[in-house]
Amino acid sequence: MIAVAPTVGQIDVRSLSKVYSGRRAPFLALDAVSFSVRAGEFCALIGPSGCGKTTLLHILAGLIEPTAGTVAIPRRAPGRLLTAIIFQGVSTLPWMTVIQNVTLGLRHVVAPPPEGSDPAVRAKGSDPSFWAGGRARRERAMDALGRVGLEAFADAFPHQLSEGMRQRVSIARALATDPDVLLMDEPFANLDEQNRLLLQDELLRIWQDTRKTVLFVTHSLDEALRLADRVLVMTAAPGRIKSEVDVPLRRPREFTSVRQDPAYGALSARLWGDLRDEVMKARQVDRDSGRRTQDDS
Amino acid sequence: MTRSYWWLAVGSPVALLAVWEALSRTGVLDPRFFPPPSVILRLLVAMVDSGELLFHIGVSVRRVLLGFVLGAVPAVILGLSMGLARPVRALLMPVVSAIYPIPKIAIYPLVIFYLGIGEASKVSIVALSIFFLVLLNTMAGVLGLDRRYFQIARAYGAGPRELFTTVALPGAMPAIFTGLKLGMGFALIVIVGAELLGSDAGIGFLIWRSYQIFAIDQMYVGLLVTAVLGWLATISLDGLERVAMPWRS
Repeated sequence: MIAVAPTVGQIDVRSLSKVYSGRRAPFLALDAVSFSVRAGEFCALIGPSGCGKTTLLHILAGLIEPTAGTVAIPRRAPGRLLTAIIFQGVSTLPWMTVIQNVTLGLRHVVAPPPEGSDPAVRAKGSDPSFWAGGRARRERAMDALGRVGLEAFADAFPHQLSEGMRQRVSIARALATDPDVLLMDEPFANLDEQNRLLLQDELLRIWQDTRKTVLFVTHSLDEALRLADRVLVMTAAPGRIKSEVDVPLRRPREFTSVRQDPAYGALSARLWGDLRDEVMKARQVDRDSGRRTQDDS
Repeated sequence: MTRSYWWLAVGSPVALLAVWEALSRTGVLDPRFFPPPSVILRLLVAMVDSGELLFHIGVSVRRVLLGFVLGAVPAVILGLSMGLARPVRALLMPVVSAIYPIPKIAIYPLVIFYLGIGEASKVSIVALSIFFLVLLNTMAGVLGLDRRYFQIARAYGAGPRELFTTVALPGAMPAIFTGLKLGMGFALIVIVGAELLGSDAGIGFLIWRSYQIFAIDQMYVGLLVTAVLGWLATISLDGLERVAMPWRS
């Protein structure tokens, strides 16, 4: 279902719909969603609870099939994953050490030969078994762990780490696969405010280094404005794209300078203006049907 | 148990044995029916010296271990499959639920009928008695796993085979060990029972023969050995559990 797009680093979603077969009646989670993300763009997606944000991301990650519509994502380069997803909350496998968690995505990835290496190594590099070898994978994983500052914890188990560190492991796992697109599903939602700010800084730094295309789901207006080049606002269920807001704030976005920028307040007000109606609608639907919101289903 | 109460834990069995010893020696309890612990212990040492006891222990332990492996390995594989795949569950669950509650010792005559009175029937009845316990626990272990674990593995390229080894097996490991520990208890019950019914060696046989020749103290030796074996089995499974699950500490 995920087609190969001609240009690298661009997500093209066209009329994407998803219907869940509910217990009583089918439930329309996504209704003809269309949008694009440019190569190297940091794009945030906000919307009320239960609007299908997670469903959308899971479709892009290849975890579930859409009912209708198409997703085009860049050509899969050898040695890279098409999309790498960072989940909310539980994001590591507790029975694997940190390094094992990070290498998880590398089993099927064949790394390209390193640049500037001599032809013999290059020839070897084109042989999957060489790059699929444990040592090469470990080196790549350690490199990714270095980016999030966790090299020293490579052999620790997740339960020995804090929630924030576990989330950094999950970021390292995504980075290690060198994906064309980074999908993030409220990755910092379970963290306390201070840790969230620190991890946002870290993510911005990594993004500035790597210039990955990022699609970042959040329900925090602050987070969306601090991180993204552009914010997509979704409607209450069934999810559609309601509006797009460009975020022209200057980078790097230091916490203090962003908060003092008058444009920040205006953008924040505008986003909330768009979002508020949808949140109210979602609440009304919840009250009418008496069901719990199903963001995760 | 908190540290300050360890002496209670040690003291209660010692006190029980002391009371027993005293009652038996003073004749309040008939020493023919309730031989004093010191007599039982002396007999135990003598039977170890003659090699008789170790022979019987060896026979029973071998049967239990073989039966354990033979029962647990397919049970884990099948339990993981049932936990992972709904069609497999739908196919096998009715049969499993029907056979599971039958006391396995009740099937023993049938097993003897098919496999004869030799080792095969003993090993099989042990395997059978732990198979369902491990199977159902393994399946429940997989079903109880956070769906997120499967999503993580799938998002990073795991196919069905890898879901088996990277998520289902390690994730169900705690439940598998619960099954193994429960199963170990049943294995001992069943093997002693099977040896009582028809065997020429093993601890169950030892107890039965002692009964027939009215050697009550020998029966107690058999019981004591069974208890110690059960205790050792629990300790080894606990140790194995720690090795198998280094992430739980």
